Amino acid sequence: MAMSRKKKSKIEVAFIYLFFLIMFVIIGYPLFWALMMSLNPGSNMLVTDLFPSAPTMEHYKWLFTDPKSDYLIWYRNSLYVAIVNAVGSVVITSLIAYAFSRYKFVGRKYGLYMFLLLQMFPALMGMVALYILLNTVGLTDSLFGLMVIYLGGQIPFNAWLVKGYFDTIPKELDEAAKIDGAGHLKIFWTIMLPLAKPILAVVALFNFMAPFMDFLLPRIVLTSPENYTLALGLYNFINDQFSTNFTRFAAGSILIAIPIALVFLLLQRYLISGLTSGATKG
Amino acid sequence: MATKQSKGKTGITRPRNLATLLSIILPGLGQLYNRRFLKGILIFLVSVSFLVTTWNYIDIGIWGLFTLGTIPRDHHSIQLLIQGIISLIVIAFGIAIYVYNIRDARKDAKAREDNKPNPTLLQGMTSFYDNGFPYFMILPGLLLLLFIVVVPLVFMLALAFTDYNQYNAPPRNLLNWVGFNNFKDLINVGIWKDTFLSVFSWTIVWTVVATTLQIALGLFLALLVNDKRIKFKRTIRTVLILPWAVPAFVSILIFSALFNPTFGAINRDLLSQFELMIPWLSDPFWAKIALIMIQTWLGFPFVFALFTGVLQSVPQDMYEAADVDGGTRFQKLRFITMPHLLFATAPLLIMQYAGNFNNFNIIYLFNGGDPAVRGQNAGGTDILISWVYKLTFETNNYNMAAAITIIMGLIISVFAFFQFRKTASFKEEGRY
Repeated sequence: MAMSRKKKSKIEVAFIYLFFLIMFVIIGYPLFWALMMSLNPGSNMLVTDLFPSAPTMEHYKWLFTDPKSDYLIWYRNSLYVAIVNAVGSVVITSLIAYAFSRYKFVGRKYGLYMFLLLQMFPALMGMVALYILLNTVGLTDSLFGLMVIYLGGQIPFNAWLVKGYFDTIPKELDEAAKIDGAGHLKIFWTIMLPLAKPILAVVALFNFMAPFMDFLLPRIVLTSPENYTLALGLYNFINDQFSTNFTRFAAGSILIAIPIALVFLLLQRYLISGLTSGATKG
Repeated sequence: MATKQSKGKTGITRPRNLATLLSIILPGLGQLYNRRFLKGILIFLVSVSFLVTTWNYIDIGIWGLFTLGTIPRDHHSIQLLIQGIISLIVIAFGIAIYVYNIRDARKDAKAREDNKPNPTLLQGMTSFYDNGFPYFMILPGLLLLLFIVVVPLVFMLALAFTDYNQYNAPPRNLLNWVGFNNFKDLINVGIWKDTFLSVFSWTIVWTVVATTLQIALGLFLALLVNDKRIKFKRTIRTVLILPWAVPAFVSILIFSALFNPTFGAINRDLLSQFELMIPWLSDPFWAKIALIMIQTWLGFPFVFALFTGVLQSVPQDMYEAADVDGGTRFQKLRFITMPHLLFATAPLLIMQYAGNFNNFNIIYLFNGGDPAVRGQNAGGTDILISWVYKLTFETNNYNMAAAITIIMGLIISVFAFFQFRKTASFKEEGRY
C-alpha cells in the first residue's frame, strides 16, 4: 500500500512537470519566434525562417545607425517621460495618500469613493475632451502634455494603493512624533515616507514603465515622429504595411522588452507584496 | 442651544447669528464684526478678486452650457461646453470659499461669546495651517485630477445628450441638447440596435471567459508550484511570470503576426502538419477564440504571482490540523486554501474583470476589432471600448460614442461597487 502510494505520487509529480514543460513551450514559443524573426534578413515575412540559415544583425544595426531611424530619439523621449512620470507620481500620490490616511476633513469619504470609481475608468473614455483641452492650452504633440495626462490619470489608482499602505503604518508612531513637537510635514517626511518605501517603489516602477508600454495615448497626443515614444514608434513600423517591417519591429521590440522584463523579474516580489498589502488590507 | 446663552441675547442680535448673517451678505464682514480685521480684509479681497477674475468666464460658460451657442460659425459649441464644465468647477471652488467664510465667522463669534481672547496673528496662522493642511496636500493632485480625469468624463457624459456627429459638427453647425434621443436610437434604430446587442454580448462573454480562464490557469499553476514535491520553484516561477514582464503591446503584436493566415507561424508551421488552415483573422469566431487564448497567455502570470504570494502566508498548522482530522486534499483546497486566497485577493481579481472589460489594447492591436460584419458598424471582435474608439476617431459619431460610454460607465460602477464591498480599507474607517 505504502509503495503504491509512493508510486502514485511519483507519477503525479511527473505529470506536473510535464504540464510545466508544456506551459514553458507555450510561453517561450512566441517570444523565441519574435527573437528569431529579428535575426532574419530582409523584410519579407513569407520567406522568414524560425531558424534562419544566415542570421543577421542588420535590423539592429539599422535602428541605431541609419539616418532615417529615430529609434534613439524615441528611447530618449520615453526615458524622459518615464522618469518625470515616476518622480511626479510618487510626489503627488504620497501627498494625497498622507492626507487621506491621517487627517479628517470635509469630503474625505467621498474622495475615497471617487478614487475607487475613477480608477476603473480608462483614460480612453475622456480622450476627445482631453485632446480638445490640450489643444486649447497648446500642448498637443508635446511630451509635456503627455506627461501631464499620465500624472493626472494615475492618481485614483495609486492614491488608493498608497493610502492603503499608509493605513498599515501604526498611528502611534506619528502621535509620538507629534508629542515630540514634529510638524505635519516633518512627520510625513521622517516617518511616513521612509516606512512606505516599498509601496512608493511600486508606484514609481509602474509609472516608469507605463510610457514604455502605452501606445494609445501617445498615438492620440503626439503627431510628429521626433516626439514619438518607443511604443508608438514601433507600432508605426508595422501599422502601415504589416508584413514589410515586422522583422525590424521585432528587433526594436526585443531591445525594449529585455530591459523591462529584467527589471520586472527582479522586482516582481515587491510588486506583488505592494499590490496585495496596498490594495486589500488598506 | 438652550444651555449657556451669553449675555441673554437670542435671535438675530446674538453675536454668532449676526456674524453669520454679515458674512452671508458680504464675505469678510462677519470677520470684521468679530474684530478680526486682517482676516476680514483678506477674505474680502480674495472674494472680490475671485469674482472679478472669473466672472466673465463663468458668465459665458454657464450661458454656453445651456444654449451651446446661438450663432453658427461664431460660437463654437464644443468649446462653450468645456468652458461651461470648467465654470461649474470654478463655481464649486467659489462656493467653498464662501461657505468657509460663513462658518469661520460663526466659529469666531462663538469663541467671542465665550469670552475667549482673539488669537494673535501667529496663532491664527498656525491654526489656519493646521486645519488647512490636508487640503494643501490634496490641492495639486486634485487640480490635476479634475482637469485630466473629471472634466473629460463629464464632457463625455454631456456629449451623450447632444447631436454631435460628423454631419453636425462645430464650428460650421451649432449643437443642441437632444435629451435621451441617442439612447433611444441605440435601442430603436436597426443598425445601432443590432450592433449594440452583438458588441455588448461579446463584451460580456469576453470579460467573463477571458478573465475567468486567466484566473483559473493562474490559480492552478500557483497550486502546482506550491506543491512540496516540486523542485526548481524559483526557475519555474520566473518563466511563468515572463508574459507579464514583456510589454503587452509587444506580445500582442507578435501574436497578431503569429496568427496571420498567410505568413503567421501558427498556420504555416504548426497547423499545416495536420493539414489545417484556420482563418484566425477573417472569421469572427476564430478571431474571438484567438483573442481569448492570447489574453489568457497575457493575464495568467499576474494572477499566478498574486496567488503564489498569498499561498506562502497560509498558516501551515491549519493543514496539519486537517491532516489529523483526515481531510482529503480536495477538502483542504476547498475549505482552507481557497477562502484564504480569495479573501486576500478579491479586490484585485475584480479589477482583473474590470480590466478586461476595458481591454482596448488587445482588441485594437490584434486585429483592429475586425473582421467587418454586414449590417453593423462595429467589427466582429469589437468590444464596447474599441467600438467607442472607432465611433470617435474613425467615424466621428461622437454622440453615440458618448452614449455607449455612459452605459459602460454604469457597468464599471457595478464592478467598483463590488470591489468597494470587498475592500477592507472601508471597513476600518471606524478608527476615526
